[in-house]
Amino acid sequence: MAVRTLKRSRIKDAKGTTIELILLLCAVSAVAAIFLIIWFIFSEGLPFVLEAGPQFLTSSIWLPTDSFSDGSWGIFPILVGSLIVTFGAIGIGTPLGVACAVFLAEIAPPAVRRVLVPSINALAGVPSVVYGFFGLVVIVPWIRGQFGGFGTSVFASWVILSIMILPTIISISTDSIRAVPREYKEGSLAMGATQWQTIRSVMIPAASSGIIASVILGMGRAIGETMAVLMVAGNAVSIPNSIFAPVSTLTAQIALEMGYAAGAHRQALFAMGMVLFVVIMILTGLANLASRRRVT
Amino acid sequence: MPVKRREMVPLALLWASGIATLFILIVILAFILANGLPLVNWNFLTAEPSVWGQTGGGIYSTIVATLAVTGVSLAVAGPISVGGAIYLNEYTKENFLRRIIRQAAEILAGIPSIVVGLFGFLFFVIYLAPYTGGWSVLSGGLTLAFMVLPISLRTSEEALKTVPAELREGSLGLGATKWQAITTVVVPTALPGIVTGLILGLGRAIGETAAILLTAGGALNLINSLYDPGRPMTLHLYDVLTEYRDTSTAYGTAAVLIIAILAITFITDWLMNRYTNKLKGL
Repeated sequence: MAVRTLKRSRIKDAKGTTIELILLLCAVSAVAAIFLIIWFIFSEGLPFVLEAGPQFLTSSIWLPTDSFSDGSWGIFPILVGSLIVTFGAIGIGTPLGVACAVFLAEIAPPAVRRVLVPSINALAGVPSVVYGFFGLVVIVPWIRGQFGGFGTSVFASWVILSIMILPTIISISTDSIRAVPREYKEGSLAMGATQWQTIRSVMIPAASSGIIASVILGMGRAIGETMAVLMVAGNAVSIPNSIFAPVSTLTAQIALEMGYAAGAHRQALFAMGMVLFVVIMILTGLANLASRRRVT
Repeated sequence: MPVKRREMVPLALLWASGIATLFILIVILAFILANGLPLVNWNFLTAEPSVWGQTGGGIYSTIVATLAVTGVSLAVAGPISVGGAIYLNEYTKENFLRRIIRQAAEILAGIPSIVVGLFGFLFFVIYLAPYTGGWSVLSGGLTLAFMVLPISLRTSEEALKTVPAELREGSLGLGATKWQAITTVVVPTALPGIVTGLILGLGRAIGETAAILLTAGGALNLINSLYDPGRPMTLHLYDVLTEYRDTSTAYGTAAVLIIAILAITFITDWLMNRYTNKLKGL
C-alpha cells in the first residue's frame, strides 16, 4: 500500500517536473530572444564597423554601394538627425506629458480619469504608420503653408513624435506619482500647504525618479520610431540648417535602403541597427538607474 | 478644498494639459474617421486591391495578410508568454532569475521595431528560408512574435500576481497538485488579465509596420499559404501613399486600423475594470 502510494507520487512528481521544465523554457525564452537578436545584428554589423573604423561615426559622406571600397560610409549626419529629432520631441512632449500625469494622478475627478486613461491607451495603440499618415496630410501641408519649404521637416517630426511619446511619459509618470506614500501628501496638507504647494514641493520631488525614467524611456521610443519619421521627416542625409529643413534618422534610413541594399551596403545598415541597439540599451540602463534611485 | 486665487493658474494649466491630451487624440481619430469611414463599405473590405500603379479597389488581401501575421505571432508568443508568466509567478520566489527575465522582457519591449525587423530579415527570411519561404507572412508573424512576447508576458505576470494566495492555498489544501491548482484556480481567476495581455499583444501586431516591411515581402496578391509573401494593412497604407499617392485608399485603410485599435482599447479597458471589480468583491 505504502509502496503504491510512493510510486504514484513519484509519477506525479515526474509529470510536475516536466511541466515545470517546459514553463521554465517559456520564461527563459525572453532572455534567449534578446541574445538571438544581438547575435544576428552584431554578426552582420560588427565586422563592418571594424572595417570602416571610427569614420563610420564621424564622416559626413554617405554614398553607399554594394562593394565596400567603392562607397563612402559616414553616418554622422544621420546620427545627428536622430538626436535632433529625439531631443526636440522630448522637449515638446515632456512638459505636456508630465503635466498631464500630475493632472491624472492628483487632480482629475474619477469621471474624467475614466475617460482619460483609456484615451491614453488608445493613443499608445494607434499604429505609427497612422501617425505618419496624419502628419503627412495635416502637419506637413500646414508647415509648408506657414513656413515654406517642403513641409517634410525636423519640425514635422517633432510634432508627430512628441504626440507619440506622450503615452509613455504619462503612464510611467502617473504610476510614480501614485506610488508616493500617502503620508507625504497628508503631512504636507496637514501643515497647511495648499494643493498646488503640495504637488510642487512634495509630490513631484518625491516622484522625480519615476518621472525622469519616463522621459528617458520616451527618448528611447522617439529614437527608435521608424514609420512616422520616415513619412514626415523628408529623409535628406545632411545636417539640417533650420527646423523647417528635411532630416534623416537612423531608423528611417534603414527602412528606406533595406529594400535594395546588398553586400557592404546591407552590412552598413545592420551596423546602423547596431548603433541604435546600443543607444537603446544605454537609455534603458539609465532609466533603470533613475527609477531605482530612492528619494530620502 | 478651497483654491487660492494665485494658485488658479497652475491648476488651470494642469487641467489644460489633461484636456489637450484628450483633444489631440480626438482630433487625430476624428480626422481619420471622418475622411476614411465614408469609404469603408462591404465592397472596400471584400474586393481585391487594384493592380499596381492604379488607385481604387478594396483591401481584402491586406486584411487577410494582417490576420495571418497577427495569428502566427499570437500562436507563437501567446503560449510561451503565458507559460513563462506562470513559471515566474508560481514556481519562483522573488529572486535573481525572476529579475533577469523581467529585465529581459523590458529590454525586448524597448528594442526599436526596425531593429527587430533587421533581425527577422536575417534570421527568418535569409537563414531559415527553406522553412519560412523567405519573405512571407510566416517570417513576418514570427518576427512580430518577438514584439508580442514581452507585452503579453508582463501583463500576464501582473495578472497572476493579483490572484490572492488564499485561493492557491485552499486548492492545495484540498489535495490538488500544484499544476491542478494552477489550471483550475489560479489561471481562471487571472484569465481576464491574461486575455488583456494577449489582446494588447494583438494590437501591437496589427499596428506594426517597420518590422513587417523587412520580413513579409509586401506582395499584394491574396496569400494561399503562410509561405507566401503578403502585405498587411499597415504596410499597404504606407505603400499606397508613397508609391502612388492614393490618399483615398490610405484614408479607408487607416480608418479600418483605427477601428480595430479602438475596439481593442475598449475591450481591454472593460476586461480590466471587470477584473478589478471581481477581485475587490472577493
